[in-house]
Amino acid sequence: MSVFSQAMSWLSDGAHWQGDDGFPHRIAQHVGYTALTVAIATAIAVPLGLWIGHTGRLRGLAVAVTGALRALPTLGLLTLMVLWRGIGLTPPTIALVVLAIPPLLAGAYAGLESVDRATVDAARAIGMTEWQVLGRVEIPLAMPLILGGIRSAVLQVVATATIAAYIGLGGLGRYLIDGLAVRDYPQMLAGSLVIVVLALVLDGCFAVLQRVLSPQR
Amino acid sequence: MPTAGRRACWATTPTPEASASVTWFLDNLSYIRGLAWRHLWLSVLPVALGFVIAVPIGWYAARSRRIGGALLTIGSLVYTIPSLPLLVIIPGLLGTSFLDPTNVVLVLTIYAVAVMLRSAADGFASVPRAVVDAARASGYARWQQVLLVELPLAGPVLLAGVRVVSVSTVSLVTIAPLIGVANLGSLFTDGFQRYFTTEIIIGVLCVVVLALVLDLLWVLIGRLAMPWLRVSTR
Amino acid sequence: MIEYRSAAKTFADGTEAVREFSLTLPSRSTTVLVGSSGCGKTTLLRMVNRMVDPTGGQVLIDDVDVASRNPVELRRSIGYVMQHSGLLPHRKVVDNVATPLLLGGVRRREARTRALAALETVGLDLALADRYPSQLSGGQQQRVGVARGLVADPNILLMDEPFGAVDPIVRDELQQELLRLQRELGKTIVFVTHDIEEAFRLGDRVAILEKGGKTAQVGSPAQILAAPANDFVRSFVGLDRGRRTLRVAEIGGQRVVVDADGRPAGVLGDDSHAGSVG
Repeated sequence: MSVFSQAMSWLSDGAHWQGDDGFPHRIAQHVGYTALTVAIATAIAVPLGLWIGHTGRLRGLAVAVTGALRALPTLGLLTLMVLWRGIGLTPPTIALVVLAIPPLLAGAYAGLESVDRATVDAARAIGMTEWQVLGRVEIPLAMPLILGGIRSAVLQVVATATIAAYIGLGGLGRYLIDGLAVRDYPQMLAGSLVIVVLALVLDGCFAVLQRVLSPQR
Repeated sequence: MPTAGRRACWATTPTPEASASVTWFLDNLSYIRGLAWRHLWLSVLPVALGFVIAVPIGWYAARSRRIGGALLTIGSLVYTIPSLPLLVIIPGLLGTSFLDPTNVVLVLTIYAVAVMLRSAADGFASVPRAVVDAARASGYARWQQVLLVELPLAGPVLLAGVRVVSVSTVSLVTIAPLIGVANLGSLFTDGFQRYFTTEIIIGVLCVVVLALVLDLLWVLIGRLAMPWLRVSTR
Repeated sequence: MIEYRSAAKTFADGTEAVREFSLTLPSRSTTVLVGSSGCGKTTLLRMVNRMVDPTGGQVLIDDVDVASRNPVELRRSIGYVMQHSGLLPHRKVVDNVATPLLLGGVRRREARTRALAALETVGLDLALADRYPSQLSGGQQQRVGVARGLVADPNILLMDEPFGAVDPIVRDELQQELLRLQRELGKTIVFVTHDIEEAFRLGDRVAILEKGGKTAQVGSPAQILAAPANDFVRSFVGLDRGRRTLRVAEIGGQRVVVDADGRPAGVLGDDSHAGSVG
């Protein structure tokens, strides 16, 4: 496993922890892109998903659109966006947001659908307004699935942001793409390992969050 | 990353400004077909392998709560790992050459197993206990119960899992050109490097069509394997 | 007083649940709507608190058409108890009971006090008040459901097969509780069930319904038993089978009441226990 020890020494090299190309900066960039993308995608997809789940309308369309978006190849969408809209932060972000929408949308409407209809009916019958039913009953009970959707979306964006380095985005994917260009395998491996650790840490945080925010049932 | 084979297919290089998309498509049909064929293999193998591996494990996971829980946790953990980094790590682990398509198939199979494991466990868990009991009481041997009763009844859920894995695998394969394994995704990298939007769009369309075709294939296999589901009940 | 005036309901998919139903339910008494599934009894019940709006006719509470009242405000003034309790699984028992009060704007502390009082009224151990519904048995959950229906002291209590999902022994206890509560509180109760025994036990008046909300007979339990209106009623209450035709037989020196097939139904008590027959 000498290639791994090479990667380890690459990682422990102090020079790789400083400056624009250093790990802290790249990690910060990567987390930043992820946070921005998930925030925008959540703002779009979750209210929409909640509406679909609460009213039951357009569900067929939502399922079809979710499936279609999931089938879109990441690299294709990224390259297309950049060629259409040029270099910068916006084009890849648009692509990343579009790809993050399916799990968020699905999490929201599946979450609401998982709530027992009898409970919702009883809530209406004791005199809650529609907004109260949504906010006091449906959303709290749907939380596990909604959070699950956000968790999936975060992991998805971490992965796609890595690939976005190919079209010039910063972040941890740079180590892979730049390393590939100069055949520096230790660099690629080091970057890969850091990304994997980041993904696992974020996933762990969400696991804890889901446990904490899930209502006692 | 152009491969040698590709350059041989192209006698003349059409300029982006000059060709209409359809013309470009028809001119390079054999090239695209070659890529599509590779893409097909790179997609079907992991799905099939993933199915074959995940179903027995999923069956076991559905029976034993503790071990099943642990297996599913491992599965979801594996699925957490982003694709490109894993494609980089695996050659390092196995010592295989970077450009070897085996890496891609291996990594995609790992993902397929991780996803299908959940479907398999859910599928077998959804088989009503009463039916299996009745089979046992009728004199079915253990292996007959599993193969002739549990597996077919878990079929619909398994099929749903296969279809999900198939779509995501077809999409994931497009990453492989970044580490030198050619497939329809090469149309993206190539189109990007040459500022040729049409090539990318054609690539996206081909990938989507391929995903649809495969999906139909699985549905068809499902229909043949589970004829009792087609009978409508009144 | 609740009045149905030619109330009818046809659902969006074309199902005609209730054709034309007219009935006046007197205040401070229990009226039971009983029939097999699909006779429209639940639909009729849900017209009172506008969970279902009639497609024809009217439903009036104290001579006011419910259609003219705001549904949310109407529901806050009526108690509703359903099968499987309909409790919010993510709220504690006491919070569940307090919800109608909180929705009506009552302050938290007062709501909690009144909720605990309601729980006591239905005979629930107050130690369970801070538990979650999933930690209670089916019978206990149903009691909480009734407490929630009563906490705002509504005049009207709607009950939709509330005791259907619990076992017979618990059901019997809950029925007795309801009778006791009604003696103490005197609410206007509309009770829906498919069980004729339950109907006869709980109802001051019983309305036997056929498909489409058609009234087969309305009257007190004794009136129905004494003079069934038609064969459907006769069959529904079991008069056509031997079980309800009773006579006294002498067995081993004891006076035992037996049915037409000779199967024992009970013993003859002495006259000091006889109540009035409505």
